[in-house]
Amino acid sequence: MATLKEYQDKLPPKLFEELKDETKGMADSKAKKVAEAVYEEFRMSRVEPGESVGLVGAESIGEPGTQMTLNTFHFAGVAEMNVTMGLPRIIEILDGRAKIKTPMMEIFLKNPYNKGKDIKKIALSVRETVFRDIATEFLINLADSTIEAKMSKKKMDDLSVTDNMVLKAITGTVKGITARIKENVLIVKTKGKEESLNEIYRLKEKLKDIFIKGVKGIKQVLPVKREDEFIIITAGTNLNEVLQLEFVDEERTITNDIFEIADILGIEAARQAIINEVYKVIESQGLNVDIRHIMLVADTICSAGRIKGITRYGVVSEKSSVLARASFETPIRHIINASLVGEVDELTSVVENVMLNQPIPVGTGLPGLVTKSTKVDK
Amino acid sequence: MTEVYINGKYVGNVENPEDFTKQVINERRKGVISAESNIFYDYKSDEIRVECLKGRVRRPLIVVKDGQPLLTEKHVKQLEKGELKWSDLIEQGVVEVLDTSEEENALVAFWEKDLTKEHTHLEITPLAMLGLTGSLVPYANYTQSARLNIGAKNQKQALGFYASNFPVRMDMDVNLLHTPQLPIVRTIMHEISQYEDHPAGQNMVVAVMSYKGYNMEDAIIINKGSIDRGMGRSTYYRPAIAEELRYSGGLIDEISIPDKDVKGYKSETDYRYLEEDGIVYPEASVAEGDVIIGKTSPPRFLSSMDEYNLASNVRRESSTSLSHGEEGVVDFVLITENEEGNKLVQVRLRDQRIPEIGDKFTSRHGQKGVIGLIVPEIDLPFTASGIKPDLIFSPHGIPSRMTVSHLLELVGGKMGALAGRFVDSTAFQAEGEEDIRKELLSLGFRENGVETVYNGMTGEQYPARIYIGNMHYLKLKHMVANKLHSRARGPIQLLTRQPTEGRAKEGGLRLGEMEKDTFVAYGASLLLKERFDSDRTIVPVCSNCGMIAIKDVFKNKSYCPICSDSEIDDIEISYAFKLILDEFKSLGIYPKLELENKY
Repeated sequence: MATLKEYQDKLPPKLFEELKDETKGMADSKAKKVAEAVYEEFRMSRVEPGESVGLVGAESIGEPGTQMTLNTFHFAGVAEMNVTMGLPRIIEILDGRAKIKTPMMEIFLKNPYNKGKDIKKIALSVRETVFRDIATEFLINLADSTIEAKMSKKKMDDLSVTDNMVLKAITGTVKGITARIKENVLIVKTKGKEESLNEIYRLKEKLKDIFIKGVKGIKQVLPVKREDEFIIITAGTNLNEVLQLEFVDEERTITNDIFEIADILGIEAARQAIINEVYKVIESQGLNVDIRHIMLVADTICSAGRIKGITRYGVVSEKSSVLARASFETPIRHIINASLVGEVDELTSVVENVMLNQPIPVGTGLPGLVTKSTKVDK
Repeated sequence: MTEVYINGKYVGNVENPEDFTKQVINERRKGVISAESNIFYDYKSDEIRVECLKGRVRRPLIVVKDGQPLLTEKHVKQLEKGELKWSDLIEQGVVEVLDTSEEENALVAFWEKDLTKEHTHLEITPLAMLGLTGSLVPYANYTQSARLNIGAKNQKQALGFYASNFPVRMDMDVNLLHTPQLPIVRTIMHEISQYEDHPAGQNMVVAVMSYKGYNMEDAIIINKGSIDRGMGRSTYYRPAIAEELRYSGGLIDEISIPDKDVKGYKSETDYRYLEEDGIVYPEASVAEGDVIIGKTSPPRFLSSMDEYNLASNVRRESSTSLSHGEEGVVDFVLITENEEGNKLVQVRLRDQRIPEIGDKFTSRHGQKGVIGLIVPEIDLPFTASGIKPDLIFSPHGIPSRMTVSHLLELVGGKMGALAGRFVDSTAFQAEGEEDIRKELLSLGFRENGVETVYNGMTGEQYPARIYIGNMHYLKLKHMVANKLHSRARGPIQLLTRQPTEGRAKEGGLRLGEMEKDTFVAYGASLLLKERFDSDRTIVPVCSNCGMIAIKDVFKNKSYCPICSDSEIDDIEISYAFKLILDEFKSLGIYPKLELENKY
């Protein structure tokens, strides 16, 4: 492998590893030829200096995007779960919205659990169960200041909720009450004196939303067979807690909430998530956009170490040039703020130079000719 | 209980909605309630809606009772004699006008023979479902509705004989077709609307075939011989107007040949067509730049500056002249007075328009197209009997648009032309296709309208038989002569020094934001700079304070009004950027330019 040594620094690690594997057992001279060809190919596929990658990327994503607007709503109500797709989803990701419209998880399971046995039970154990889900009827007894909630035995069994769990959850969250269960009826009594109807009513509403078991934030679960294993698709997301469940395959389980990924798995994971999510939308529309354009966008969004959307508050506000920022949105604000601190515009990028009618520093406008000047004595 | 709404406002409830609705309708037919109101019982939502506001689409129908129409032979006879009017029929409740919602509860029979006990109304004629221009489309019921709409719309843009008093009218932007004809394939609406008095369009021999690719994408081929014989020729009338305006201080415009010392005096040749009164003489052939009405105005500002101005009280030139690309013959001169009592001069110019490549024509079926090629008559294909088409229409226009009426008109027109009679093609009651085919066969032609055709250039017989016949084609008012536009250099805007916009101002075609992006993406940096230098300026900049300096051309010296004795450099920037720097200054922002050597 000595022959390949010189390429170690020339090629990216992944490519080098692949090259090493492929040339295993080859004669040195032959391996060298292959390596040379690989290096040449790599060299040629690199972006040349002065290529306006950003603009080409913007056009490459933007042009198919115009076609997408028309198709977006054709999927309404078809899938088993309503997911934001198409242009609204892309806008959501690229704008860097912290609250996405339809948060979703795909939970992969470890070996014994993913075979389909008890899959429904596992799925339901992940789901957030609140008191509302098991209660069938609420009664307010004004005379005794009590609330009587009838619970469905069947629902409790389905969700494997016991009386004890209910009691614990309720006394654990609401203070100043006593609760007991008699023949599937939960009776809640306020410890204080006479409560007004208004307050009891508020308590009743509060009871409905009391969290009993499961993972908070997971509103809906759906076990699905994918290839030869069962996975759980959820509406609502809580990556942190799901990853801590013992039957969950932490390596493959994902969420579509980029911010959550950035929080829990770090910015590099968020970058990859952006690429995957955007690419998924583009693919689902039957469009063909080179992944490198999306990678560039993802890099830009994540380059600050946290997610910054492509908006005037996000990456655009990071631009160094005042004129470039002013040419995007809210020009007066940018100009005035810049003048307050005496900003200097170095005119290093495209927009400013178009405004001034100077050659833009891309393509043929990038290189300059340097000559050595010598003094001529007369 | 059913809620009742009048014009969308809740008014109350009724116990028995169906009886109530019936009662209202009966009262309306008796004339107790206005005939312009409509009532609709929506049994899905159990609501009654009464509407009597303007803007509803309504149409008349004959009232039917127990399967018998109320309109009888007696009525028709009386109508013919003029003893009965339309309004009488409505008053008597024989005919009523339904709006779109009341129509929902009506069962309308197409023909009298279809009437049953359930029917509530009878069509006066099925044609009444269409509007005026819609019912002028032949075989309208054979065409896709979208195309019918387009066909109806196109008729409104057709050139024709719009008014017989046109010589004494001063209309703006008007076209007149020279030899309009009545369509051979007509509908009864042509009679009703007295189409003979204001015809539009001409009957042309149409061949459905391709011709050297010059009729792709809806283009049409036109016979040069037909044009020479006057087909599709029209005149375009356009007025030039000048008014003697009155200004404060008793000053007034004057329509006359301007004196030579007038401010803004054009060259003498520009005024050569004017007579002593300052107006062109009729039949003068004028072109771009020629003055039509000579006029001078008083000076714009009568300020104190005039004391120092020796050439004070110099009047301004404000003549009306032909703008860029316009030409024509002076047709009619009118001198009159307007409401304010000001002298008003109107000059009507006339311009003959011979069909040229790019003029728009259409059949009556929404099959519009633009002339793609004008072919000399000898090169056109001809039939065995020596007929050459006036117009060649591409067959690719038919399948996707499904305008079957277009094809029917072609055979219908052929039969009518050969038999020497009009063909009735009124929607729903047209002469049948079978009959047309039979009659065409009896006239010695193939029943399907197809003929053997020979190549006009080689004389060879075409392997395919060509569908050829007569159609009524309309020349539309969109003519290239009014739209053609190009510019290399030309006028610029005062404020931005960028090219003006629009054809009327001889403007440039904008290289917009997205077009700019293509240059950037390609890396054509210097080309981009060249494309955007329409407002390039050279500005002196003070190297000390970074503000724009002053260039004194007489002394050939630049200096900075703020810094004395500083170095001044000339830089090249867009004028738009100079403007934004000025705007910054007006905002109280100091935009300092720091210059450095580019090399």
